[in-house]
Amino acid sequence: MAKVLMKGNEAIGEAAIRAGCIHFFGYPITPQSEVPEYLAKRLPEVGGVFVQAESEVAASNMIYGAAGVGMRVLTTSSSPGISLMAEGVSYLAGAELPVVIVNIMRGGPGLGGILPSQGDYLQATKGMAHGDFDLIVLAPSSVQEAVDLTIRAFQLAEKYRNPVMVVGDGMIGQMMEPVDFPEVEVGPPLAADDWALTGCEGRSPRDVNSLFLDANDLHNHNVKLKDKFAVITENEQEWELYSCEGEYDVLVTSFGMMARICKTAIDVLAEEGIKVGLFRPITIKPYPYDACREAAQKAKRLLCVEMNMGQMIQDVQLATRGAKEIDFFGKAGGVIPSVEDVIQSVRETLAKTGK
Amino acid sequence: MKKIFAYTDGLTRLPTHYCPGCTHGVIHRVVGEVIDELGIRGTTVGVAPVGCAVLAYKYFNCDMFEASHGRAPAVATGAKRCRPEMSVFTYQGDGDLASIGMAEIVHAANRGEKFTVIFVNNAIYGMTGGQMAPTTMPNQRSTTTPFGRDVNLAGYPIRVAEMLSTLTTPAYVSRVSSHTAEQTVRAKEVIKKAFQYQIAGTCFTFVEVLSTCPTNWGLSPRESNKWLEKEMLPYYPLGDIKRPEDFEGGQHAGN
Repeated sequence: MAKVLMKGNEAIGEAAIRAGCIHFFGYPITPQSEVPEYLAKRLPEVGGVFVQAESEVAASNMIYGAAGVGMRVLTTSSSPGISLMAEGVSYLAGAELPVVIVNIMRGGPGLGGILPSQGDYLQATKGMAHGDFDLIVLAPSSVQEAVDLTIRAFQLAEKYRNPVMVVGDGMIGQMMEPVDFPEVEVGPPLAADDWALTGCEGRSPRDVNSLFLDANDLHNHNVKLKDKFAVITENEQEWELYSCEGEYDVLVTSFGMMARICKTAIDVLAEEGIKVGLFRPITIKPYPYDACREAAQKAKRLLCVEMNMGQMIQDVQLATRGAKEIDFFGKAGGVIPSVEDVIQSVRETLAKTGK
Repeated sequence: MKKIFAYTDGLTRLPTHYCPGCTHGVIHRVVGEVIDELGIRGTTVGVAPVGCAVLAYKYFNCDMFEASHGRAPAVATGAKRCRPEMSVFTYQGDGDLASIGMAEIVHAANRGEKFTVIFVNNAIYGMTGGQMAPTTMPNQRSTTTPFGRDVNLAGYPIRVAEMLSTLTTPAYVSRVSSHTAEQTVRAKEVIKKAFQYQIAGTCFTFVEVLSTCPTNWGLSPRESNKWLEKEMLPYYPLGDIKRPEDFEGGQHAGN
């Protein structure tokens, strides 16, 4: 199929439809409002459901209702709105409902700003809401990858009966790029027949629930969720290595759009004869620790570059287990580090290696 | 031997956890009977709240959600919009619906979501041990209004049914009570009518059921019924407050 030029937010909406999701519940917030706007127009054309919720709190509970009756469903928001969805996400994880949540991140904390940020990394990967649970979190670095990972998100959600979050930043949401929509074979939501609330005609009643008043039952439920995530960790890690063939003294670690800027910096340095590698996790949860450690082995020193004050660096530290010094370069609040900024910080890291 | 009373298929046979004298049990019973009599048990999904009725998903003999506190109307919106052919109801108390869930109920009503809300108003928080609810009566003592609800500080009790009826969107809004057998029979008729409107796809349907809480009111069940009649009925009058028939061309008749 021919490529189409689309804004990231609109492409994410279209990707959901291509993945067989025709139900959307959400609330406007900059910089993701083009997703609901696009779907408000597009979903009626495909016989779908669009509801503008009264709040993100409500939206996150509407998707609980929609997924609970066995439907593929999407919500999208941006940082402050995602915080409001925390309640719903915990219940969704507890009830093991397959939903896809997209966070087009903006600067924080608080009302923060409306410009691109990666400030919600730790929220998405470590502390989305109360209780023991894990989200699967995917981080695209282009509009095309936002399309591919949105489709992938629905597949993973259903395969594991687990909420999946796609985190982009305001840049991915707002910029236009040519995209290709892959052909996706779409059937009814996977295995929903076994658990969804479709009416108890001809079978025993079911419930969709996260309440376990008996301590042992709740413990066992937590163990089940932990075991499930162990399987996800085993099977679903994705990452990209860029310029990691051969030797390099510095390995840059970065995710999402920031990693793309780092690639350009690495290309410029390569022209000068300075070889720098890049490790980019695509699943920031489960984090590809082994792959990161392996990529770090050849490097004398690491540089973690993020659009925040240093969040993913914690995972890089975990991956390398203190074996390497890790520098950090980042800007927050909507200041996007330039290629020149990255080159400068790579040079500084390189200088510390004695080169 | 003549059978004069039987279990309803609308409820499971699990004994409920409700306190002696609490009217949740009889309200469950009439909702269950309605679901059974309308023949919709196999195509119904209910939404249980947080509060005393948190375990309602174990008692209604149909597919059930357990929702987070106050969000049952949002969960029901998601379910009903995606499966409009099913009957969907929420069963919520006054803390759940009228306090933390006020936004969700107002907007579900305003969107005209085609589901049925059973709103149980006992003028107190039961599950958490007798704290003030938005529906607690002026001067009523609770664990968080130990000297009685001071309306200068906590405002007056919210009449949710009347408030929702101010919305322009067509709806069926009614208030019934469960403090006598006669009123409970009437409650069942109203709840049945609400489900029938839903099945016909007519409108949002909301039935407020006045209820007692002997445990947290500190009264015997019999005294509780009298207290409801004396203190609550004058403030929360019974009857239909809004009916879809009253609408002509989108305008509320008489407006």
